[in-house]
Formats: sequence, structure tokens, C-alpha cells
Amino acid sequence: MPLVLTLASRNLFQDRLRFAATLTGIVFSVVLVMVQLGLYAGFGRMVTTMIDHASADLWVVAKGTTSFEDLSLLDANLEKRLTAIRDVASVDPVVIGFSNWRLPGGAMTPVFVVASDFRQNDLLPWNIVAGKVDDLKQRGTIAADKTYFQRLGVSGLGASVEIRGYPAKIVAVTEGIRSFTTTPYIFADLASARAYTGLPPASVSHFIVRLKPGADRDRLKQDIQSAISGVEVLTPQEFANRSRSFWLFGTGAGAALFAGALLGVIVGTIIVAQTLYSSTKDHLYEFATLRAIGCAKSYIYRVILYQAVLNAVIGYTIAAAVGLIVVALTATSALPIVISKNLIGGIFLLTLVMCVVSALAAIGRTIRMDPVMVLSR
Amino acid sequence: MSEALVTATGVTSVLGTGAAQVRALNNVSLSLNGGELVVLMGPSGSGKTTLLSVLGCMLTPTEGNVHICGLSTAGADAEELAAIRRRFIGFVFQSYHLFPTLTAAENIQLALDVRKQRGRKARARTAEVLKTVGLNHKARAFPRELSGGEQQRVAIARAIVAEPAIILADEPTAALDGTNGQAVMKILASVARVPHRAVLVVTHDTRLTNFADRVLYIEDGRITGEERPRSKIGLEELPANPLRA
Repeated sequence: MPLVLTLASRNLFQDRLRFAATLTGIVFSVVLVMVQLGLYAGFGRMVTTMIDHASADLWVVAKGTTSFEDLSLLDANLEKRLTAIRDVASVDPVVIGFSNWRLPGGAMTPVFVVASDFRQNDLLPWNIVAGKVDDLKQRGTIAADKTYFQRLGVSGLGASVEIRGYPAKIVAVTEGIRSFTTTPYIFADLASARAYTGLPPASVSHFIVRLKPGADRDRLKQDIQSAISGVEVLTPQEFANRSRSFWLFGTGAGAALFAGALLGVIVGTIIVAQTLYSSTKDHLYEFATLRAIGCAKSYIYRVILYQAVLNAVIGYTIAAAVGLIVVALTATSALPIVISKNLIGGIFLLTLVMCVVSALAAIGRTIRMDPVMVLSR
Repeated sequence: MSEALVTATGVTSVLGTGAAQVRALNNVSLSLNGGELVVLMGPSGSGKTTLLSVLGCMLTPTEGNVHICGLSTAGADAEELAAIRRRFIGFVFQSYHLFPTLTAAENIQLALDVRKQRGRKARARTAEVLKTVGLNHKARAFPRELSGGEQQRVAIARAIVAEPAIILADEPTAALDGTNGQAVMKILASVARVPHRAVLVVTHDTRLTNFADRVLYIEDGRITGEERPRSKIGLEELPANPLRA
């Protein structure tokens, strides 16, 4: 091991209490950042879950639609006009909306109904753990997620329920289709969904458009846009970005999560800076000795920076372990914390930067140091 | 004796500002020649440490010139002065200033490391110097496990390991008993036995003049006298030169 690294590590480990305090600060900070950004990633993924699972080449939505859950309406007759456009293979109307689910005791609880033409397979429920999707083609049949069974007061497959006064039967059970609004998603056929949501037959929420093989998506997007006014034509990516942007930034939720992460970075930086500074002050005569025996300033900076990097690596390793436990614990919750490989790498870099920036105050202290001090005692 | 390794000409050093301003050195001129050990003596506040700081390129004089092995320190910035120290000067401090978290061998190796001398050769040179100061069996000991005399011998080993032309020692025996002080001075005197190396020892201790080729007296920032001791310890009483000729 290089001597400069030996010196840095021994300086760091010499005062174990201070080192433990530093690590606690880093772990607290990194876990906070990890959780906040993991929530952000998880939230970002949840708000686009329907778009991500739909087999759409293009989405046609009402002008100004903010997200998949936006209740703006389109004229159902647009389906014919869309179908008539060159290179359009199929057009699948989607109906969404809130409804009331009657609980066994008679009370009501809100649900969010999602419906499309199940014959076209463009927006089917996924992760089916009981029952069959094909059964949803029958009127008055629904799919519900097992996570919400207790809340909806049902036992499982085959349960008969009532939605907005209309009878419904659970013929398919999903697992893990959670709503970020905590209102359960209920999949139904189009006609039933209109009944459950009270949507008039002449209206739909969105259209899913599929292209003919070999068709140019961008050109078709323009063709639709110029042929039909009052609508927006979006690629799945554009629709997902718009939904994410709305829910994360339009509502302030994302800003709050980022503010939490920023707070973590600030707290971590201050803690590491404070402990590195006090460690450097404690070793000031040693650094002055190094300077007196002729070492370049960069050598001293390296000692301090190595201390910062060691803090970062050890602190991050512990924080990552804590983070993984948190991820496992929230995996089945309403809002899972999602930590991707990129996020892991990004947070490691952030930790490094945080610790290196923290070292600046300590480095500044050594810049002001006069090597003559070693002769005066 | 050989050529002058250090020359100071008309060095004046004014420290502090305003009412606290002090003329620590006043028109000091001296030279340190190769092959000699010079003892600088003077009372507290006489300017010994300031002169050592100036000669050791840690303090730029207000007036005057200092040449180290022919190089003028005039106009040199902090990094250039550090480079001169790295290249030509070894320091021995009163309080040893060893690194408490490093072993004796690592403390010595550090002086090579800052000069970018690393690896097997550096380790071998460290072992060699440790042996010369009689501490090869303490290579892995930390400073807290060493006596004061042993710590000062490690500090001397650190000062000489890179074979600098000039060794500057600040009160090297002040914290030691008589026996250890004599042992330390013998090592320093043996270092100065080579024509192209010089040692300057700053001290209060008059007993150390026996090791000196010259004794300089300083008072109120001026060199007030110079003498050559009559009863200098002979070469045969000194240990082998720890620096290669």
C-alpha cells in the first residue's frame, strides 16, 4: 500500500470515536439520499406503469392531457377517422375514470377503472396470478390486484361485488399492479367501464394506435396531428415523460423528494467537512513537519483527499447495505423504493464528490499552515 | 573543509507588524561549509530559531541573500522553497515530530516517499539507516513505544535517509538526558565527516560545543562571535558515517 494511503488511513482510524461519528453522518446522509431518489425513481416508474404496459405505437389524447390519469375526454367517433388514416393498423379506445366500490358493510371506497378493447390486447392487466384475461371479455367482469383485497373487502377470484351500483365479478387476479394514488386499479371491458364511471358512450379517454408493419411512426404522428384537430399525438415515451413530469413536478412531489435528497447531501457534507477539518487540525503539526521536510503541498492534499475517499467508500458500503434492506422492505409496498444500477453508481459518485468537497475546508487549513511552526515547539 | 554549502549575506528578518514588530535578525552573514558541524548558540529570543528558519528555507528574509548549494532563495515561492528543502536539507526537531500513526521505519521512509523514492530500494535504504542509528530492531515500533533518545534517533534517520547536503538540527538534545544527548550528537557529528555535507546544530547546551568544528554565538539577532573549540571529539570516537560518501 502506498505510504501516503497508509498515513491517510491511520490518521482516519486513529480516533475511532470521531471515525464512527463520521461514518454515521455519511451513512445517514447517503441512506437519506438513496431513499429519496429511490422513491423518486419508484414514483416515476409507478406513474407510467399503464403506459409502459400498453402495446401502443402512438397515443392519441385530448389536447393538454397531463397524464394517463387525466380525465379529459375525446369524441368516440374519432376512432373511425383514425382508422381511415394511411398506415394505421388498429385503433383501441381506452376508458378510465374513478368509481365507487361498495364494501361488504355498505360503505363506498374509490377505485380507478381502466378499460380497453380486450380483443385487441393493447392494455391488458399483467402479472395474472389467478383466473384468465380472456374471461374479462364478458360484460360485468373485472380484474383486481390481490394487494387490495382486504381493503376492497373481497376474498379473491370469483367474488361478486358492486361498482357504482352495477354488479361485477372478479375473474382475474393480478399481483403488484399498485397505484401511486393508493386508489386500486380495476380492469374492466369498455362497456362495463362506461357503466362504472358514468362515461357517456360518445366519449373515450385516450386512443391506442398501432401501426402497420414497416410504417413510419413519426410521419404517421404528423399525419394524425394534421388530420384531426383538438388532439395530441404522443409516442409512448413522450406520454410517459409527460405523465412523469406532471406527477413529479406539477404536483411538487418530485421537488419534495429532491429537496430531501439535497438535505441529505448538505447534512453529509457538513458532517464530513467538520470531522475532516478537526482531524486535520489535530494532525496539523504532522502536516507542518511534512511541509518542513520538503514535501509538496499536493502530497498533503493527497493525504486529506485519501481520508475523504476512504470515508466515502466505507460510509457508502454500509449505506448501500442499509439501502438494499430498505429496498427489500418496501418492495411490496404502495410506493416501492427503486434503486437501479445507475442510481447505485450515481449515488456512489455523489458520495465521493460530497466527501471530496468536504475536504476543501481541511485543505484550506493546511494552505494557511506555516511550516515554521514545527520549530517553535 | 570544503566549499560553502550555505551562505547567508546581510540577512535581516523583521517579524510581526505594527507595535508587535520585531527585528529578529539584523544583518547576519555566515556560511556553512562542507565537512563541518557548526553549533549556533544563544539565549532565548536571540534569533536562533529565526535564523534556522531562514537557512532552512522556511522563512524568506526581509533583506539579504541566502544561497543553498549555490542556489539563491531570493524570489522563490513556497513551493520552490519546499523543493530546495526536499533536495538539499534534512531537519531534526527538538520535539522529534514523528508521525504517531507510523512505525519507525515508515517515519523514515516518509522522507523518501515525499521525494518520490519508493519501492524495494527505499525500504532497503530505510533499513540501512535504521541500522546506522542502532534501531534496526525497532523498525516496527510506533513512536509511543520508543524512548526519547530512540525517537530522536529515528528523527535523525529521517533527516539523513535521503542523503541531503545540509542537516539543520533545532535543539536536538534538549529533550534528552546526557547519555542520549551525547549519542545523538555523535551521530550528527559523524554525518558531517564528509566534505560535501554540513550540519548546523542550534542549542543552548554548552556541552555540545565539543562536537563542533565551529561555534557561532548569536544575540539580539546578530552574530556576536565565532570560535573553534580546542577539545573537539576525535573522529575515532564517532560512529560510521550514516551517509554514503
